[in-house]
Amino acid sequence: MKILVCITKVPDTTTKIAFTDNNSKLNEAGVQWIINPYDEWYALVRALELKEAGIATAVHLITVGKADTEPVIRKALALGGDEAIRIDADSHDSFYIASQIAEYAKTQSYDLILTGKESIDYGNASIGAMVAELLDLPFITHVSKLDVAGNTVTVNREIEGGEETDSCVCPIVLSSQKGMAEARIPNMRGIMAARTKPLKVVAPVAVDELTSILSYDMPPQKTGVKMVDADNMDELVRLLHEEAKVV
Amino acid sequence: MVVVFAELSNGTFKKAAYEAVSYASKVAGSLGSQVCAVVLGEASDVSVLGNYGAAKVVHIADARLNNVETKAYSKAISTIASKENAQVIIFSNNITAKSVAPRVAAKLKAGLVAGAISLPGMSNGFVVKKSVFAGKAFAFVSVKSTIKVISITPNSFPIEKTDSSASVDNQTIDFAANDFAVNVVSVNKVSGTVPLSEAELVVSGGRGLKGPENWGILEDLAKSIGATLACSRPVADSHWRPHHEHVGQTGGTIRPNLYVAVGISGAIQHLAGVNSSKTIVVINKDIEAPFFKAADYGVLGDAFEIVPKLTEAFKKFKAAQNA
Ligand SMILES: Cc1cc2nc3c(=O)[nH]c(=O)nc-3n(C[C@H](O)[C@H](O)[C@H](O)COP(=O)(O)OP(=O)(O)OC[C@H]3O[C@@H](n4cnc5c(N)ncnc54)[C@H](O)[C@@H]3O)c2cc1C
Ligand SMILES: Nc1ncnc2c1ncn2[C@@H]1O[C@H](COP(=O)(O)O)[C@@H](O)[C@H]1O
Repeated sequence: MKILVCITKVPDTTTKIAFTDNNSKLNEAGVQWIINPYDEWYALVRALELKEAGIATAVHLITVGKADTEPVIRKALALGGDEAIRIDADSHDSFYIASQIAEYAKTQSYDLILTGKESIDYGNASIGAMVAELLDLPFITHVSKLDVAGNTVTVNREIEGGEETDSCVCPIVLSSQKGMAEARIPNMRGIMAARTKPLKVVAPVAVDELTSILSYDMPPQKTGVKMVDADNMDELVRLLHEEAKVV
Repeated sequence: MVVVFAELSNGTFKKAAYEAVSYASKVAGSLGSQVCAVVLGEASDVSVLGNYGAAKVVHIADARLNNVETKAYSKAISTIASKENAQVIIFSNNITAKSVAPRVAAKLKAGLVAGAISLPGMSNGFVVKKSVFAGKAFAFVSVKSTIKVISITPNSFPIEKTDSSASVDNQTIDFAANDFAVNVVSVNKVSGTVPLSEAELVVSGGRGLKGPENWGILEDLAKSIGATLACSRPVADSHWRPHHEHVGQTGGTIRPNLYVAVGISGAIQHLAGVNSSKTIVVINKDIEAPFFKAADYGVLGDAFEIVPKLTEAFKKFKAAQNA
């Protein structure tokens, strides 16, 4: 079984977000880039576990990004994985990114393609389903448990208002979330090994970008908290009713 | 035509479906077009969508669609959208839409905005606002394709009744066997309460509550106003509460009208999931807790004393309202 794990880089959650160029670009000065947590903690670690269990024969990592994503890819390789592929392009359009991943996947024969449930920067939660559509494969989202027996996956997934257990024959695309695996920390051996693992740079295929980001804006600041005396909960209820109008 | 996917839950519509149809009706209004709602799976009365602005409801009452299968759903929706000459396709951005809307978009080569929080602006192209960087900023996304797919953030748009009515068109879709490749082994739906993603009122507890045995006071508080329960990550990680209640960056993202945070410090990863709530109340014994900075109303003190008092105050208020 061959597994492809889709990896993207995102600003660390504690990053202060600011924009430049007339609010049309993220100000990257001082931004600490990390591997999108869902990709790292769940998709990648579960793929590695499957390899360690002798179920997967190869784990490849793929990212669509410019050269500045390489440190993040190397960090992922330090956790494990046999090789990485970087499609040399930069885009915020999900269709464009998914098309690049799908085109590369067509040249290989992956049994399992794993993504994170969403990237924590733009939060589109779209790439996995699009890759599945472009490859005409089944797709299951928000997977919190993944088992593989032979050529069949059995998963637990979140659905609206509950949980479902599904099974499906590979190849398939899955989006991963909490529960699928436990986060790991790379060790020294892994970090050393990652330096020499193959990182293939592939030119993008020609695809139209169907969306683009014109500009950004900041939400209005909260006007400040109104403190209510702990002995006067009637007053809090009055404020919630008359001022906030939420009850 | 503006095509909107109106999701069923056990054969009936939930709030999200009405929000989506109301939104679609506004989009159709500004395009001088009409709304066609798509309903997948068995249901008793689908014409009710007419009361929210749908001129037409296409219903595929195929029992195989009672569970969400992304391939079959996207085939059905895109087939109908093509037949209806859809200019815009609307979803409500819940877990179902997250697995179906991108498939439909890719199939039709349509640009997708996932998590829209505004109506499309049409003075300069077709521009939709969405929340990015865990609620720390907004992005204005321009959609350049002929067909546009918008998946709206739940709880962000009003449900609006109209005095129109809809014609119902029962259709069938010619599915292939591999459109149902995923085999549903078991379904476990939490019944009774409103799911977190749709809840208007949420009461949430953190490590400050000390242990699962103390959740009774939060349950009473939630019950007094019909709120849904949530919790911080360490609470779910310690198995004090089930994982589906966990909100924040690694849990659910919610946008209720009221979020009451009890004994939660307000770490940035927690705020990422809740800071779009319309009103935030923080109950904490530490005035330095970062959550107070993100709150609208704060109560300083011991949750074990304050929460029962707040419950009583809500009960009194409800009783006065019902009198
Ligand atoms: C990458 C990453 C992702 C994360 N994702 C999430 C996430 O999705 N969701 C999430 O919640 N966290 C997340 N976290 C964890 C987050 O950083 C915090 O550790 C967590 O939110 C703290 O939970 P808490 O507020 O319940 O507990 P604490 O931080 O321990 O706070 C407890 C609070 O209760 C108050 N308190 C104590 N006793 C009382 C009392 N008797 N009455 C009133 N108040 C009292 C204290 O003053 C304190 O403010 C994440 C962390 C990382 C690094
Ligand atoms: N640029 C990218 N390159 C590779 N994979 C990506 C990229 N962007 C997103 N993904 C994958 O798709 C998942 C969902 O991302 P998104 O649809 O952007 O929220 C992520 O968790 C990644 O696994």
